[in-house]
Formats: sequence, C-alpha cells, structure tokens
Amino acid sequence: MVENDRWGTLFAHIILILGVAVVVFPVYVAVIASTHEGGTFLRGVMPLLPGTYGWENYTTVIFEGRSNAGAPPIGGMLWNSFVMAMSIAIGKIAISLLSAFAIVYFRFRFRIFFFWLIFVTLMLPVEVRIVPTFEVVAQLGMLNTYAGLSIPLIASATATFLFRQFFMTVPEEMLEAARVDGAGPLKFFKDILMPLSVTNIAAMFVIMFIYGWNQYLWPLLITTDDSYYTIVMGIQRMITGGDSEPLWHLIMATVVLAALPPILVILFMQRLFVKGLTETEK
Amino acid sequence: MARIVIDDLHKIYAGGVKAVTGVSLDIADGEMIVLVGPSGCGKSTLLRMVAGLETITSGTLTIGDRVVNQLEPAERDIAMVFQNYALYPHMTVRGNLAYGLKNRGVPKADIDRRVTEAATMLEIAEYLDRKPRALSGGQRQRVAMGRALVREPAAFLFDEPLSNLDAKLRVQMRVEIRQLQRRLGTTSLYVTHDQLEALTMADRLVVLNGGVIEQLGTPMEVYAKPASVFVAGFIGSPAMNMIEASYLRDHGLMPATMPGGTDLIGVRPDDLLLNAPSEPHLALPGTVVLLEPAGAESHIYITLDGGGQPITVRVAGLPEAAEGQQMTLYAPLTALHPFNQNTGRRTD
Repeated sequence: MVENDRWGTLFAHIILILGVAVVVFPVYVAVIASTHEGGTFLRGVMPLLPGTYGWENYTTVIFEGRSNAGAPPIGGMLWNSFVMAMSIAIGKIAISLLSAFAIVYFRFRFRIFFFWLIFVTLMLPVEVRIVPTFEVVAQLGMLNTYAGLSIPLIASATATFLFRQFFMTVPEEMLEAARVDGAGPLKFFKDILMPLSVTNIAAMFVIMFIYGWNQYLWPLLITTDDSYYTIVMGIQRMITGGDSEPLWHLIMATVVLAALPPILVILFMQRLFVKGLTETEK
Repeated sequence: MARIVIDDLHKIYAGGVKAVTGVSLDIADGEMIVLVGPSGCGKSTLLRMVAGLETITSGTLTIGDRVVNQLEPAERDIAMVFQNYALYPHMTVRGNLAYGLKNRGVPKADIDRRVTEAATMLEIAEYLDRKPRALSGGQRQRVAMGRALVREPAAFLFDEPLSNLDAKLRVQMRVEIRQLQRRLGTTSLYVTHDQLEALTMADRLVVLNGGVIEQLGTPMEVYAKPASVFVAGFIGSPAMNMIEASYLRDHGLMPATMPGGTDLIGVRPDDLLLNAPSEPHLALPGTVVLLEPAGAESHIYITLDGGGQPITVRVAGLPEAAEGQQMTLYAPLTALHPFNQNTGRRTD
C-alpha cells in the first residue's frame, strides 16, 4: 500500500479524472448533439449544453426515419444487430463449451493436434480471412441472411481456451464421483460442469455479445438488402449515404440508442457476475 | 451386501509402471478390509480398480457373483467416499445425496425417504438445504458418507476419507465409520496410510508395498507377528527397533534359540523392559540420548554401547532416567522377531 501522501493522492486523482474525461467527453457530446435541431451543426459550432429537440429527434429516429437520407427507422437495424449479437454470443459459448469438454475429458486420437488447430485460429481474426470467408458464404448462398451474418464469426478459440482452462481446475474426483453416481459424460456435462461454469459463461456472454454487436466490416460486406442492415453499419450509411448534408442530430440520436443494448447487457450480467463470484466454491 | 473376490489383479500403466502386481484377496460379506501402506504402494490404485475408475490390466474382479472387470463404476453397485469428499459444490446437501439415486431412476418418494434416513443416521438432517461450502470439514465428510449410504450399495470403498480432518475429528469419525459399517453390515474396502487407522478399523488388514501384498491378517496377527521387515517397521508406533544380529554376536549377546538365517532382530518399543524379568531375556546396555515424556507414557531414546544402534523404548508414566545416563534394557526372548535382511521375511 502506498503511504498516505497528499500530493501523490491528488496527482493520482487528477490523472484519473483526466482519463475519465477523455473517455466520457465524446459520449457526452453525442448525447448533447442528439438534443439539438439539424441546422445547429452546419454553423460549425458544437454546443455543449442540452438543446430542446431531444424528444423530437428520438421519435423521428425510432418511428419515421429519413429514408431519403439513408436512415430508415432504426427498429429493424437494432433487431438485426440484436439477432446477430445473440447468435454469435450463444453460438460461440455452445461450441466452445462442447469443444473444451471434448478436449479436456476425452482421450481421442489427435487430441493435442486439434487443440492447437483451434488455438492457431486465434491468429486469424475476421479481417484477415475476410475475402475467403466472403467467398465461402457467398457460394453457400448466405449473403443477406442472419446465418451469413453470424455463423462465420462463431468459431472461437478464445472461449474454447478459457473454458478449457476452467475445466482443468475442476477436481478429477468430481468426475469420478459423478461416474460412481451413474452420470454419463453428457449428464456430467449438464448437471455438474455447466452449473459450475455459470460465471465463466456469463463473462463470455458479455464479451461475445459486445463483440457481435460491434461488428462493422463483416455486415457491411455481406448485406446489400437493407432489411438485414445492422445498426453499427447503419450509422456509417447515415453519414455517407444520403443526398444532403449528414443529419448529425439524428445520427447522434441513433448512436446513443445503438450504445444502449450493450450497456444493458453489462448492467444485467454484472449482477450475475457478482452472484457467481460470491457463490463460487473457495 | 456382497462378497468381493480379487483374483491375481495386475495394473500396468501406459508407461510400463507396475502399480499393482498379482494381488489376490477374498473379502467376505460384511467384512471391513483396510488396505494400508506408504504412498505409492498401489493401495489407491487397487481401490480404484475395484471402483472401476482404473482399468484392470489383468486378473478377475468379482463383486457379489458377477465378474465386473468391464463394468462402469455405476454398474458395479459400489459407493465411494473420496479423500477430498468431491461434493458437488452447486448442489445442496440434499441434492448431493439424491443425485446418484435420481440418475438410477429411483422414485421420488423413495429418494426422499432414503435421504432423510441417511441424514438422520449421520446427524446432518438440519443441513440438508445448505450448500457444501457452508459446512465444516467434519460435516462435509458426513455428507460424503451420506452420499455413499443412501445408495445402499453392495460395498463401500473409502479412499483415505479422514486424511483431511484434524486429529481429534479423525478419531471421532474413525469410531463412527466403524460403528456405522458394523451396523449396516456392508462389505467395505478402506484405504489409508495411517497404521493406527488400519489397526483400529480393520476386520482384516492388508499391508501393501510396491504393488504386492506384504501381509494379510487380523490387526492383532499382523501386529504380533509381522511377516516382513517392512511390515514390522510400518505397523506399530513408535516403529519396531531393528538390531543387527552381527552386533549381538560381536557382544556375545546373540540368543542361541534364534532360527537359522536370522541376521536382523526386531523388538517392539513396548516389549523392552527397564528391569530384568524372570523369564529368559536379552540384556542390552546403552546410554540414554533423549527422554520424551508424552503424558501417560514416555519414549526413551537409547544408543546401545559399542554399536551406535539407536533404540526406542516406550514405558508407562515418567521413568527415572536422565540424558547421558547408562541404562540396561531387557528384552524377553519371546518378544524377539527374527528376520532375514536379504529376503526381508521372517525366519521363524
């Protein structure tokens, strides 16, 4: 522990406050900007106090949209993003749990080889393999589908690795006790391993949901039908897609709305974290 | 309830390591057999082979009247108590007890009855709705026992179940396990490295060393007549004193009655006397090195004159002896255990 040093404490606080300000300020600007009318931004002066058009802007974005400016009502895009993020999060967790289970608890031929194969994919993020992946998805006719949006992003070495590490900390006697108690592999997985992994699953879910929600390049590439646009790429289209000047007030309202679901997921899952952490053995 | 017959069981691990070599054992119905030995002697491997957690390299294992070599643990009708209890941390005590029954498709009402019965017997009824982490070590141990009990299996297998408890609790649980086993009359196989646990709990005990049976017998048989140098040193505390026959010969002390081939003579610390008995005996002069009072009894450490042989004596109360003092020990000839060092076996 550091000594009770007044100046040190003060200095630390200044640094921390500056850091927070740097992070929070853009968010603040976005929120403020979403409460002004469209013309404000054309004057080149960015207001820093809330305006009076907030209600109007948000209702416009949610219910009417500005289709001629590349901005349909955002409900559909939010839904698409939600479906994509959920599919990726749930899909990744399901596949990673099962593959980690296989790697830790079963002795099959080339087990180590498969483990490294999965591990190596860590080095190949979506952006690196984007062209071949696009080709595959296109050939499979999955352009403009939810499957095309989510499946290529589901394979995950990170989560497999995390679950593997966790499973290896579960005492072997637990498996043996379950075997004596008449639980087969799947029953052991479902009754013992899954409940013990709840905290890890929750953590993975948050990370993967946000990862899926923030996908930008991939949806941009494989969707041409605007009923499959996601919110993050939708924002980009609102900026560049219209005939007129960007409608900054509406864009900012969209940005704020787009940031809400991940925040809600974190807030909701945080409770599960705390619960999981306090209830875990040891 | 079942008889367990272990016939020439071998376990050779993938790397060629022989953990168990040709162990045969016939366990009667309702009998409590304790497997005892130092770590790495193969006792746990043997138990795990009976449980079905290790494959059997060769030999035949019969539980009841079924050969169970190829059966899964759950199909062998056994229940096991693990050293670290291996309770399911996310289930309540009730859930832990019921899990095995649920998997077997036992009707709900039956499960409830058996869980309540076992919990009452083990005095854990009031903890049934707690999670294992809210229990003390002793209570967890009881839950682990309960999990075995509710199954009403043909045999109990205990894998060093008391080694995680403190000394006092260990003695208490030792008594309880023994009473419970007697009352239920369930065939049991109990593994421990603690010779005292082995002596007090066993109907018959098996001393294992290096994967083979050194001796099999009732606790008193093994204690009174250890079959080998290893057993003599392992069973009984403090360990049996071993005196080289050459030392006795050099000092003209070697009794004429010792069988041929004897080159090591053992005598228990309890059998050594400070005053000469009337029966034929061996007199061993030495110097007191250390006096260790231990309440009701005392241990005297003595070095024999002219040979440096260290000897431990156990006497009741606190004897009049001081460190550095000369003292003669008397060993009745009937209390001597003759061994051969090369074979490691008894010579009489």
